[in-house]
Amino acid sequence: MSKGRFGQHGGQFVPETLMNAVEELLEAYEKYSHDEEFLKELQTLHETYTGRPSLLYYAEKMTKDLGGAKIYLKREDLNHTGSHKINNALGQVLLAKKMGKTRVIAETGAGQHGVATATAAALMGLECEIYMGEEDTERQALNVFRMELLGAKVHPVTSGTKTLKDAVNETMREWTNRVEDTHYVLGSVMGPHPFPTIVRDFQSIIGKEVRSQILKAEGKLPDLLIACVGGGSNAMGLFYEFLEEPSVKMIGCEAAGHGIDTDQHAATISKGTLGIFHGMKSYFCQDEYGQIAPVYSISAGLDYPGIGPEHANLHDSGRAQYVAVTDLEAVEAFEYLSRIEGIIPAIESSHAIAHARKIAPSMGKDEVIVINLSGRGDKDVAAIARYKGVQIYE
Amino acid sequence: MSRIAEVFSKGKAFIPFITAGDPDLSITEILIPAMAEAGADLIEIGIPFSDPVAEGIVIQEADMRALSAGTTTDKIFESVKRIRMKTGVPLAFMTYLNPVFVYGSERFIKNAAECGVDALIVPDLPYEEKEELKPYCSKYGIDLISLIAPTSKERIKTIAAEAEGFVYCVSSMGVTGVRTKINTNIGNMISLVKETKDIPCAIGFGISTPEQAKEMSQYADGVIVGSAIVKLAAKYGTDCVEPICSYVREMKAAIS
Repeated sequence: MSKGRFGQHGGQFVPETLMNAVEELLEAYEKYSHDEEFLKELQTLHETYTGRPSLLYYAEKMTKDLGGAKIYLKREDLNHTGSHKINNALGQVLLAKKMGKTRVIAETGAGQHGVATATAAALMGLECEIYMGEEDTERQALNVFRMELLGAKVHPVTSGTKTLKDAVNETMREWTNRVEDTHYVLGSVMGPHPFPTIVRDFQSIIGKEVRSQILKAEGKLPDLLIACVGGGSNAMGLFYEFLEEPSVKMIGCEAAGHGIDTDQHAATISKGTLGIFHGMKSYFCQDEYGQIAPVYSISAGLDYPGIGPEHANLHDSGRAQYVAVTDLEAVEAFEYLSRIEGIIPAIESSHAIAHARKIAPSMGKDEVIVINLSGRGDKDVAAIARYKGVQIYE
Repeated sequence: MSRIAEVFSKGKAFIPFITAGDPDLSITEILIPAMAEAGADLIEIGIPFSDPVAEGIVIQEADMRALSAGTTTDKIFESVKRIRMKTGVPLAFMTYLNPVFVYGSERFIKNAAECGVDALIVPDLPYEEKEELKPYCSKYGIDLISLIAPTSKERIKTIAAEAEGFVYCVSSMGVTGVRTKINTNIGNMISLVKETKDIPCAIGFGISTPEQAKEMSQYADGVIVGSAIVKLAAKYGTDCVEPICSYVREMKAAIS
């Protein structure tokens, strides 16, 4: 019966039209995830195309400035295309190709997953169409052009709140329309089974690398992992390797927007309730009648009313902790890391930096924090300027 | 015999869909008995959802109109109670799993049964997940309608074996909405159902003209029409009752 559960969460809640497609995907994934040739091909792409392993950087100045735990940054921002999204996109597009699909479709919020999917599709010669909320195409206009340069067709989504949630709706609708030759490259650890598992597995390379890198640098496992959470793929990619290590604490940072006591946030764990949407049982920002709430964050990548089912379960079990970080705190962290380390983080990742600034000073100097710097901030520079009231003429 | 079984025993069924609360619930309360009067054999009442992923733009917009007008699940239950006093036509709720689950699946289904609703159609609840609602539907005597799609293939027999009320045959790939042509081999889908279980089959998705309805009724026991009717609601607003009823009469005549 029901498959793909994480505690009470997860499942496979899709229209009948898609059931054979998700079953076919599961079968293919079970085959190729144990296929040495497939794994070798993907590993070669990671090494020669993406630039893996990504660095684990000791942020010495930040550590000294905060005066507490030692802070390491996992530099996913240095990956080709500028974020962790490429790990999953290469994996899924390669899988789609093995399955004989000739076309991939994907949703995107900030555009990072869209760019990563368009890149992987260009590399492997598959047709690519990206669905992006109209509001996000405006917030991230440069990424739209970037995807087009890579040969993808970008569809602005005008339904609903015109953001990530609506882009997912529209990509699902397109998948029901044309499923035979098309794979839906879902960008986060969400959606119907087997997507949460597939995306987690493709992203888990982050945590695997961190384990060996931190053992080499510090001779011990980290005490705390911090990552931002929208759907939760970069966080799951970092956390998964350490779930069975009780000494390693983990914190996911969700977007509090203007504050969790306003109606302008995307803080699913802090404010959401149990629901069933986008193919999964999990927590969602919604009203008493199950109408999905319009959410808000300065970060297009965290502007999503749900969270992946495995995170929802880690929250239920207490294995991971989830905190909310406001726009203002994230913008301050964006500027802080730029100045103190010379690294401009994505506004999404800045939520994780912001929480580290709060928590590191209270930790011991012998303790180690690893922050997942999931993406680079170039794409956000214009938006941050606007936020600060600075006029930029591009 | 249940109200639904009775409908299909009397010949080909015409099954219109409307979104509750579009343009407002007072119109819905007039429209449903009037459609029954005009020849509708079973009526699907859509409970609007903020994110209807199986719907095309026409029904998406109807959901938005209804929600903007302040329609809620509780208000719909109140309206349906009043509708039930005026008509005995079989009624099916069509909505997404989240509004049912968040309301409380048992509470929702119990209330629906008490209002006189006969069946429940939930497009994002596939066979593998039906235990979310099935136990409550059985407890309160509501048929949980199974859907089959052009991609279902070997799944059809599994689904049909446990189907109840009628089987909702999705005619085409994609979302709801008017289509000029339906290419699926509907006859084949329906014979696979009938080989497994003697249960009525109704076809939906994409049907809008009397000619299409007539053609589809050769294969099926019923024809479901949504977007074409919702378009009339969008066009005529509070004056939609007469144009919709005249459309219902025309469609019913085409399959009779």
